[in-house]
Amino acid sequence: MKKNQMLFKVLSILCLLSLLAACGPAATEAPAATDAPVATDAPAATEAPAATDAPAEPVTLTYLVDDSEATQASAQALADAYTALHPNVTISIETRPGGTEGDNIVKTRLATGEMTDVFWYNTGSLLQALNPTDTLVDIANEPFMANVVDSFLPTVSHDGQVFGVPSGTAMGGGILYNKKIYADLGLSVPTTWAEFEANNEAIKAAGIAPVLATFGDTWTSQLFVLADYYNVEQAHPTFAADYTANRAKYASIPEAMNGFTYLQEGFDKGWYQNDFETLKFEQGLNLLANGEVAHYPMLTFVLSTIATNSPDKVNDIGFFGVPGTDASKAGTTIWMPAGTYISKTSEHVAEAKDFLAFIASPEGADALTAAVSPTGPYMIKGAKLPDTVLPAVKELASYIDAGKSGPALEFVSPIKGPSLEQICVAVATGQMTAAEGAAAYDEDVKKQAQQLGLPGWDN
Amino acid sequence: MLSNDRSRAVLRTYPNWFYLPAAIVFGLFFIVPTVMAFYFSLTRWSLFEATFIGLDNYVTFLGDARLMAGLRNTIIYAVLTSGLKVVIALPLAMLLTSNIRLKGLFRGIIFFPTLVSVVAVGITFSTLMQPSAGLINTVLGFLGLPQPQWLGNPDLALYSVVLVDVWRGIGIAMVIFMAGILSIPQDYFDTARLEGGTWAKFRHVIIPLSRNATFTVILLSFIGGLRTFDLIWTMTRGGPGFASDVLTSVIYKEYQAGFYGLSTAGNVVLFILVTIIVYPLTRFFNSQEIEL
Repeated sequence: MKKNQMLFKVLSILCLLSLLAACGPAATEAPAATDAPVATDAPAATEAPAATDAPAEPVTLTYLVDDSEATQASAQALADAYTALHPNVTISIETRPGGTEGDNIVKTRLATGEMTDVFWYNTGSLLQALNPTDTLVDIANEPFMANVVDSFLPTVSHDGQVFGVPSGTAMGGGILYNKKIYADLGLSVPTTWAEFEANNEAIKAAGIAPVLATFGDTWTSQLFVLADYYNVEQAHPTFAADYTANRAKYASIPEAMNGFTYLQEGFDKGWYQNDFETLKFEQGLNLLANGEVAHYPMLTFVLSTIATNSPDKVNDIGFFGVPGTDASKAGTTIWMPAGTYISKTSEHVAEAKDFLAFIASPEGADALTAAVSPTGPYMIKGAKLPDTVLPAVKELASYIDAGKSGPALEFVSPIKGPSLEQICVAVATGQMTAAEGAAAYDEDVKKQAQQLGLPGWDN
Repeated sequence: MLSNDRSRAVLRTYPNWFYLPAAIVFGLFFIVPTVMAFYFSLTRWSLFEATFIGLDNYVTFLGDARLMAGLRNTIIYAVLTSGLKVVIALPLAMLLTSNIRLKGLFRGIIFFPTLVSVVAVGITFSTLMQPSAGLINTVLGFLGLPQPQWLGNPDLALYSVVLVDVWRGIGIAMVIFMAGILSIPQDYFDTARLEGGTWAKFRHVIIPLSRNATFTVILLSFIGGLRTFDLIWTMTRGGPGFASDVLTSVIYKEYQAGFYGLSTAGNVVLFILVTIIVYPLTRFFNSQEIEL
């Protein structure tokens, strides 16, 4: 009897321990960042003038990039082309996850002084959160910055300093569409939202889902809102400044709320395909390429994924900007390319600058073009797109050439609320109305602005 | 007084410095970060610098409209998982402590999910629950039954995860119950056999006398449910939208967004909440313990 009781107690304790052990890693994840020492003045003194005559001793530069196929291929192409010209330099590429998980890795590595020599990261609002003046090497006065297109510079600048060179191409944010479906049904590219609605009705009547939604990867839900910014700016030219200064709200400006209204309309009218709540991004791209859905609100960088997965069908994909109310003003929202930056903790700043000079040169752009099909224009003076560029990219370029494009809000304001993707999903699955979604996003934006310590946002 | 001290000194088996290594490890990796967390929860913290802002983080966190939904989901999750585990694991334990064939095999099969990593379980079930091509809906469709959007329907997603959590946790609960049943003296079973059949054994012996095991199962799975994260995160990420958000996923998303101070405040709130709920529960269960 005693023995049995003993056995019971021992077993209970063992079970308790195993349960705790199983719960351990998840629970400790957040506090693990607690003991990150603050890197204030890292060895910034090592800065030397850009090396002109190549040093003979071998140097290894480490390069942290995100793990998307397109980025890895681009970084590898740049590294290969550069090391071919400079045999003494080895570039070792490390990868990290994308999205918010990757943001945290970059922040933590910078804060602990563990960052690679150079790294690939977003431009615009996400860069501002890295505390760039303390963590990154200022390259404002480097001669190679003359190669960079002027409109790119504000997205990699902070307090008058400049930190990055454009890596990869700019992209359009708008609607990718299947040209075969348009040809079969005799539709034309819509220039107003009303025309887009009419097209969707015709497509639905033909038994095809009008709009692709891939909420299994929540970040893909945001494009109706973010890519509509060109139209918001047309109606309210000072929106970005007012929004940054806490004077303009999504919930109170009808044009700004339109993006949320579109998401709700898609749900109310049944535009989205089956399984849209859980479908993954890459599966969705196959549906679009195969003509099982007609439209996908997305960024043009996904064209390179379609080109890899369905090379025979990527020429069926076209692009137009999110339509607004005025056909004469139809344009598109542009996303700036990512940047490559130098960490202040690098011991090879001179070599790193030389590598950045190569990335920002037409030769660097040519190396990229050879490896990855360009999905938008380069932000490098003198860099040319090949004649064989994809049709969707040609359509994007025609907006830019006509002067009917503008940067997305995240490149003209430091604030982007982190929960936009979940809010968009909630609106597009009928859990929130457009007005509720816009109001929830305004709250989310407030949190981000306070975190950044911007003036005008104190409680 | 003096004799009391002396008796204590006699009872002490090891000198104090024997405890030092454990104390250092515990202090450095548990006490210090915990105290730091309380401080950082009062700051706006970017990893690069921390600005003291008083209780603002708590005001923001507790004022978040989605927090209440997350809290509701957390309670539903904890109550449902701990309840279902008791209801399912107790009869199973009774069955597998009786004299049936292949007892060892069945025990192994039921305990097996406990040995698999939670993330692997989550990914596997996300695939099985895929609405059109997943195995579960394929079978349901074959049988002519409705094929729900297990993880895509905002009203269903949380409950789908609950089911998977129960599937995974049954093994541990069953082992605790088995140990409880095996520790019941044989005399009671002999009496029950004279008085009635299996039902009498279950109703009048096993249920009342395995109460300690029941309390252990409830307490462990309730605490586990309150702080659940890994399964929810791998299966739904709190979605669709915010439909299956629990406290920990709300906090984790704030951490991911770079609101380090705010998410630390959230963790402090979670800590206090778990304490408030679990402490009285433990006291109550302890007062109800039975002596065999």
